[in-house]
Amino acid sequence: MYAYDHYDQQLVDERVAQFRDQTSRYLAGDLTDAEFLPLRLQNGLYVQRLAPMLRIAVPYGLLSAVQVRKLAQITRDYDKGYAHISTRQNIQINWPRLEDVPDILAELASVQMHAIQTSGNCIRNTTTDQFAGVAADEIEDPRPYCEIIRQWSTLHPEFAFLPRKFKIAVCGSHEDRAAIHAHDIGLELHANSAGEMGFRVLVGGGLGRTPVIGSEICQWLERRHLLSYLEAILRVYNKHGRRDNKYKARIKILVKAMGVDAFRRAVETEWASLKDGPTTLTESEMARMATFFTPPPYEQPDAMSDKAAVAAAAAAEPLFANWLRRNTVAHRVDGYRAVTVSLKATGNPPGDVSDSQLDLLADLCEQFSFGELRTTHQQNIVLADVRERDLHALWRSLQAGGLASPNAGYLTDIICCPGGDFCSLANAKSIPVAEAIQERFDDLDYLYDMGPLELNISGCMNACGHHHIGHIGILGVDKKGEEFYQVSLGGSQSKDASIGKILGPSFSRSEMPDVIETILSVYVAERLEDETFLQAFRRIGMQPFKERVYARVDPQ
Amino acid sequence: MPALIRNNTIVSDEWCFDASDSDGIGRRRAYSLSEWKEDGRPAHAGVQMEPGDDCRELAEALPRLELIAVHFPAFTDGRGFSMARELRDLGYRGELRARGHILPDQMHFLHRCGFDAFQPDDSSRLGASLERLQGFSEHYQAAVDQPLPLFRRRG
Ligand code: SF4
Repeated sequence: MYAYDHYDQQLVDERVAQFRDQTSRYLAGDLTDAEFLPLRLQNGLYVQRLAPMLRIAVPYGLLSAVQVRKLAQITRDYDKGYAHISTRQNIQINWPRLEDVPDILAELASVQMHAIQTSGNCIRNTTTDQFAGVAADEIEDPRPYCEIIRQWSTLHPEFAFLPRKFKIAVCGSHEDRAAIHAHDIGLELHANSAGEMGFRVLVGGGLGRTPVIGSEICQWLERRHLLSYLEAILRVYNKHGRRDNKYKARIKILVKAMGVDAFRRAVETEWASLKDGPTTLTESEMARMATFFTPPPYEQPDAMSDKAAVAAAAAAEPLFANWLRRNTVAHRVDGYRAVTVSLKATGNPPGDVSDSQLDLLADLCEQFSFGELRTTHQQNIVLADVRERDLHALWRSLQAGGLASPNAGYLTDIICCPGGDFCSLANAKSIPVAEAIQERFDDLDYLYDMGPLELNISGCMNACGHHHIGHIGILGVDKKGEEFYQVSLGGSQSKDASIGKILGPSFSRSEMPDVIETILSVYVAERLEDETFLQAFRRIGMQPFKERVYARVDPQ
Repeated sequence: MPALIRNNTIVSDEWCFDASDSDGIGRRRAYSLSEWKEDGRPAHAGVQMEPGDDCRELAEALPRLELIAVHFPAFTDGRGFSMARELRDLGYRGELRARGHILPDQMHFLHRCGFDAFQPDDSSRLGASLERLQGFSEHYQAAVDQPLPLFRRRG
């Protein structure tokens, strides 16, 4: 992974000093609430319903064991002993004291971490595939470009006060696991007809109040032009994005208002003055970045005997077999697999992880996965490089730590925002809905029979839980001061991305497990052989679901 | 007498920006963009730009203009940062002043974007602003103050 040199270290150290100064001026009354607000947000600090919330940057989801231990210690020393993985691969702690935040940032800086630009109207953490570098379907490793973008966007002097937040995601594989269609800018690595690697550039995707799938503005961009082209897009947005209405301020609204062709022309005009300038990437910089993401020293295992040992263990222990099948995926190196550690055990708020679990994960990644792990936008953890013959031992340790739920990619692997339990913007709670659904569908045979299924829950229109792109989406709505839930079906975050369609009138919280069960019973009755929920929905449409759901429960 | 930061010092202002400014006597008045155009685009003038104004309108006059002030009605309105970079890219070399609601914490970014004079509405913050002009010793990006990105200088 990327390792700081003295430039990077100096910058985060100076940032800590700057925030210490800002916090003390605020507490002394030299900065108003309104002035301190964007300054603290750009250091990840929110003021929430119950306490501040600090969002810590995890650049493109990559963490070392040392960093994970530091996070465990921070949650113990400054918080309530747990952390939350966000849908943008960052880590949130929910109970820090404002006065302590400069010290927390200093602790983070000691392990090459920070909270820079994890919130506020600026360029946020760049996200990518949790299987980057190991996926069997990878075209090129996206992480060197993510780090290039991270450095370019960090404290960018021109783009710290944009109309609204700005999110970039990069995908380097055939399957899109980074939801690039749902980002302000989505970048897809692919080769042109001459076989040269470059980027397809999408712009104006996003969720929130007005969900939009990104539009292509460049079919193939030479890699060296990446930053100057991004700079041109950002400048057009900074100059012309709406600032009078925060719900119309995202770049997607500007792209819609201008039309994608006019937007592309504006970017190209702006780019003309930036192209081939000093921001043009050099071969040596791209090569330097790539050296941080070279493959670890894989052993040359005896794959045949390893596979036989795993198969024997699976035959002896059905629970292990379940986990092996659902929570591990193929690796590009024979004899290895990538493991998803589910943070979706029933009763555990989705994405929450305790300090002792963090310590355990740090130990396990050192023991089994070259000392690194990844956070995922599904709010889980990935150990990317585990030898097949170690899988059983890893599973045992995970099981002891309550981290072996064999549900990755299934109905109970719910993406869920913090919602009304923590977030002051919420219309409704989201965690209790997730818990009620997990409790109802606790039977593993049923779960597996439902096939791959993404259920996403957001507590309000801001869509932090990505409900629009869940196969089943749940959105908390407020009806005359009461919490209700609107259901949508048919969303997808893959390369065939789609925005879910609303089923109909919303439901009370207690009705939700029944509603989900009815939806699934329609799928079971209608599905053709091997048809997934999403495929079946796309074939039969909304009507059968509507009829059955509203025949059973009284809509409010 | 209103003051500002220029060349790392606090100096008093020789320009005024408001016709009703009663103690503007003896100081030169800066135009708004529309006044400047109506007045036949005089050379050797000062112009104050508002967010949303198109700075390419000044392009031909840039070698002779003596002051361009960019107004920040709210510190959260970041359009002025892009405007400053564009003006410098267009070749403007004269005084480029950030005026209005600007925070000491923004000085560093303003400077990097090409501003060389700074005039916060709240003049009691001039000292705090001056202290924070050099917020960081190094930067990743190319900008007006450092035309090479760090990756071309790293070693
Ligand atoms: S979706 Fe709404 S309720 Fe949930 S975390 Fe985001 S802002 Fe808060």
